[in-house]
Parts: sequence; structure tokens; C-alpha cells
Amino acid sequence: MNWQALELTLRLSCVTAAILIVLALPTAYWVAYSRRPWKFLVQALASLPLVMPPTVLGFYVLVAFGSSSPLGRLWQRWTGHTLAFTFAGLVVGSVLYSFPFAVQPLVNSFLAIDPKLIDASRVLGASRLSTFFRVILPLSASGLATAIALTFAHTFGEFGVVLMVGGDIPGVTRTISIDVFDQVQAGNYAAANVTSLVLLAVSFLVLAAIYAWNRRAWPRAPWA
Amino acid sequence: MAARAMGVREGRTLSPAGDEREGTANEILLDVAIQKRYADSTGSGFTLDIRFAVPAGFTILFGRSGAGKTTTLEAIAGLVAPDAGRIRLARRVVFDSASRVNVDVSRRGVGYVFQNSALFPHLTVERNVRYGLRGVPEIERRQRVGEILDSFRIVSLAGRLPRTISGGERQRVALARALVTRPDVLLLDEPLAALDAATKGRIVDDLRAWNRARRIPILYVTHSREEVFALGERVFAIERGSIAAEGLPQDVLETPREETVAQLAGFENIFDARIAALHEEAGTMTCLLAPGAIEIETPLVRVEPGAPVRVGIRAGDILLATERPRGLSARNVLEGTIEAIEERDFRVLARVNCGATFAVLLTPAARRSLGLAAGRRVWLIVKTHSCHLLRPAAED
Repeated sequence: MNWQALELTLRLSCVTAAILIVLALPTAYWVAYSRRPWKFLVQALASLPLVMPPTVLGFYVLVAFGSSSPLGRLWQRWTGHTLAFTFAGLVVGSVLYSFPFAVQPLVNSFLAIDPKLIDASRVLGASRLSTFFRVILPLSASGLATAIALTFAHTFGEFGVVLMVGGDIPGVTRTISIDVFDQVQAGNYAAANVTSLVLLAVSFLVLAAIYAWNRRAWPRAPWA
Repeated sequence: MAARAMGVREGRTLSPAGDEREGTANEILLDVAIQKRYADSTGSGFTLDIRFAVPAGFTILFGRSGAGKTTTLEAIAGLVAPDAGRIRLARRVVFDSASRVNVDVSRRGVGYVFQNSALFPHLTVERNVRYGLRGVPEIERRQRVGEILDSFRIVSLAGRLPRTISGGERQRVALARALVTRPDVLLLDEPLAALDAATKGRIVDDLRAWNRARRIPILYVTHSREEVFALGERVFAIERGSIAAEGLPQDVLETPREETVAQLAGFENIFDARIAALHEEAGTMTCLLAPGAIEIETPLVRVEPGAPVRVGIRAGDILLATERPRGLSARNVLEGTIEAIEERDFRVLARVNCGATFAVLLTPAARRSLGLAAGRRVWLIVKTHSCHLLRPAAED
């Protein structure tokens, strides 16, 4: 068992999930409640990673942060190196790759809230922001848990983006799924089996936890 | 019936006297003049064009669903923006399209109670009631919450979650939550529609008691005739976005002049008619009901002979006899045949064809003693003053 790869993957999953929640909450709020006619474009853009091959996404991340792009040069000026083959590169790729997995459960949760509750809060003197934290977010606990767990699990098992952006540097970018790939390439099936089982178990436990949590989540309007 | 009895009992105590706020008892505290255009899928749509000004006390907005009642409340609360117009609350202008004033919903000082109560399901009753008191010092907040829980008799529910209390209790909590903020106007959107008559009556009594102490305008949306009589000091009948009739409930609903109000107020029989002759000396006129050219005598109104009118007759105002009646004061006796008869909730509704089909309301006992059944020949008796002349509704 490659403990170093496991530790790295856990760290990547946690950082990605944390960043995604911060980004996904305002995005999901906007998608759920905006009445802009061009909202569908944002929705399509946010869902792109669901259908794009991970290698294509990884390729674009490389290009966008490459030394010939303005973004890449800015990054290099800040950090002194390119984004490719670094842990930060993995985080950027993972955030983009798992973005829809964070946004969609939150949008669904927000839309399931009775709009009258939001009206009631506003009439009672609460600002939009205050309404978000006092009514919308507490009533979206299940969506929030789902978003966190899905982004965590999705990042935990990702392969294509990681390989494209990060390569295979032990301790820096070699995640658990790449480790499995390496072991299979080397004909080391027994080790690949152990690692794969760990990946399978973690994924199953996370999904089971989501469903268990959602089973006892707040219903939208228990008396309606 | 219970609701109407309550209205009679309470009616006198509700005259807008004894105002404890500054200003005179009849001071206009809510002044609304708004327009909003609605397009529907057919492209026609309708325009909400509402103008009224009311002092403290109950004002009923009465009308069928889709008439614009809820939109009017939402515009006052600031939940929807009118296209044009002006809204004044107490002494503040909260919306004015001309001077581009549109005070945010959170700062309008409005109390709003929704039909489904809209209590926050994750907060206890007490925390629901406290919700609108952010910024109020803790001591005062505790005192105000305590008082309002007490006056709406929900102290014992303070620690409960909304889903564990009854529908009536939830509406009490919703009222308390709205009123604890000391709003300048209270907007009630069919708040009692889902409750039984007894619960409804008790909540109405509590609301009246509360409003005697703090006189504010209360706009109450309903499509229930009973609630209109139980609560109303004033009623506005709203139809397709504008006020079709206004006045005391008994004036608007008992003797409606608008067909739409008549339909809402429970006139089961509404006929197209034409004036055949005026009898000015008798104070009556003869109308020909369109379907079977039936002659019917109605009270005299200022119209030309030949003019089209509509005649409304309540099913409960028609007498039914199994023999030709004699020696009656009633001027209208129509011979016909029972087409259908059905019994529902201790009421019997007979449909009688006299050339036109009339709905007639009877008791089950009357049906039994007269042996009424479909096909039976009968005579309908309608007093002149039970025939109400209506102004036809605008064509859709």
C-alpha cells in the first residue's frame, strides 16, 4: 500500500472540497434565483466538466496556465514556477473537474425551498445575505453535505485530469489512482488490488454517508 | 353560519373609534394606486389597476383566484414591483414610480401572513417569532416575544418545532411573528383558508382583540363569503385586476350590482335578459329571460326598454311548490319540471326547467315531504326583490 499516495489524495480531496464549497455556494445561489435570460449559458458552462473527457479538461488547464498564456505568466510571477506538475496544479484541475458536482446538489436544494419562506424572511426585515445564512443554508444542509461528499469522492478517484496536469511525481502529484495505474503497468497486480480496494471502500463509505444523512434531512415543508 | 353570527356580534365594536395612535380615527394609513401589466400564454393577459385608501381596521379583498388579490398584497409588501403608481404606508411613501422610490421589502415595516403560514421549519416557535426582531435590544426582545406569545395563547408551544404543532397553532405563530415587529400594516393572504370554523373563529377573535389595542390597517385576502361577513368593515371585490365593487359586506354581497360579485357571492342563477316593459307606478319592470323568453318581474332600475341586463337569483331565495300556488304576494310563479336533484351536505339542489333552468336550494326534509324526484312537475315562486339586476361582467 502506497501510504504517501493515499495521504496526498486525501489532502487533494479535502482542499478541493473546501475551495469548491466557497465557489459553489454563490454560483448555486445565482443559478437558482437569477432571472437573467442568459442564465442557461452559465448553467451549460458550469456543467461542461460532466461531459468533457478529463484529458481535454487537463489539456486546457495546461494551456491556460502554460508559460505562453497571460494567466500562466501571472502565476509564474507570483510563485516562481509553472502550474504544471505541482500540487497547486492538481488543485486547480480538480476544482474545475468537480465544479458541477458541488453546484448541482446546492442548486437542487435551494430550489426545493418554499419561496414563501424566503419572502417571509425578507418581509421580516432580513437582507438577502442574512436570509441566505439564516434560512436558505440551514434548509439546504442535505445539499451541502451532498456537495461536499461528492466533490471529495470525485476528486479522490480522479485520474485523467491529474495525469495531464500533474504527471506522476511521487509525493507531489502521484495520487492513489495513478498509483494503481503504475502498479498495473509494472505487473504488480497484488499491490494494485489492495490500493483499488481502499479506493473502492472510501468511495462507498462516502456515498453511504451521504445517503444516510439525507435520509434524516429536513423535509421542505413537513406539513404541506 | 357561525361565521356570520360572529360578524353580527362583533360588528358594532369595530367602528373605528377609540384610536390610540396619533392622528384621527379615520386617517388614511394605507394609500395604494398601482398598475402592473401581466401577459399570459395567450398574449392577452390583464392589467392590475388597483386604487384604494383605507384607515385602520379590517379591509377584505374578495375575489376568485387569479383576480389580482395576492399580487396587490405582494406589491404593498415590496415582493413585486408595480409598473407604475404609488404606495403610501402610514406617513411614508414606500413606492413611487414618478420619483423612483422603491423601498426594499426588508424596510417597509409590513407584517405578512401567508396561507401556508411559511414558518421556518428548522426554528422553534419562539425563534420563529424572534426572527424579525434583530437589532432590538435583548431585554426588549424577550419582553415583546413574551407578550405576543401570551396574547396569541401559544406560550406553551415556544420550544416546539412547526411540524409538531397543528395548522391552527401554526397560523397563530405566523400572526405573532408578523405582529411582534409592530408593522404599519398587516397583510393576510387567506391565512385561515385551511382551518375549521371553530379554530378560525378563535383566531379571528384574538386578531380583533389585538387590533383594538393597536389600530393598523389589516388587508385580508379571501374568497370565502363567510369570512367576508365575519371580518369585514369594508370589502373590495376584485375582478380581473381592478376593484369591481366596494362597501360594507352586506351592501356588496347581499345586493350585488356587478355580475362577477354576484357569482362570487353565491348567486347560482344568473340569466341574460332584456327589458320588456317598465311599470313606474308599481316600481317594477318586466324582463324577458333569454333562454326561454320567460317573463319575470324585477325591481325598477334606470334603463331603457329593450336594454340588455342580467338577472341574478339566489338558489336559496326560490320557493318550490308541487301545486299551482294561489293568493301569493310574490309576482313570479313559473311552471316547470325537475330535471335533476342531488343531495350534498344536508342541502338539496334541484335543477328545474321552466324554459330556462333554475337552481333551487331545499332542505332534505322538504324534499322528502314533497316527494320530489326528477321528472316531477313543480312551480317556482320568486319574489320581485329576490331578482337582482346585475351589470354584465366585462368580456374576457
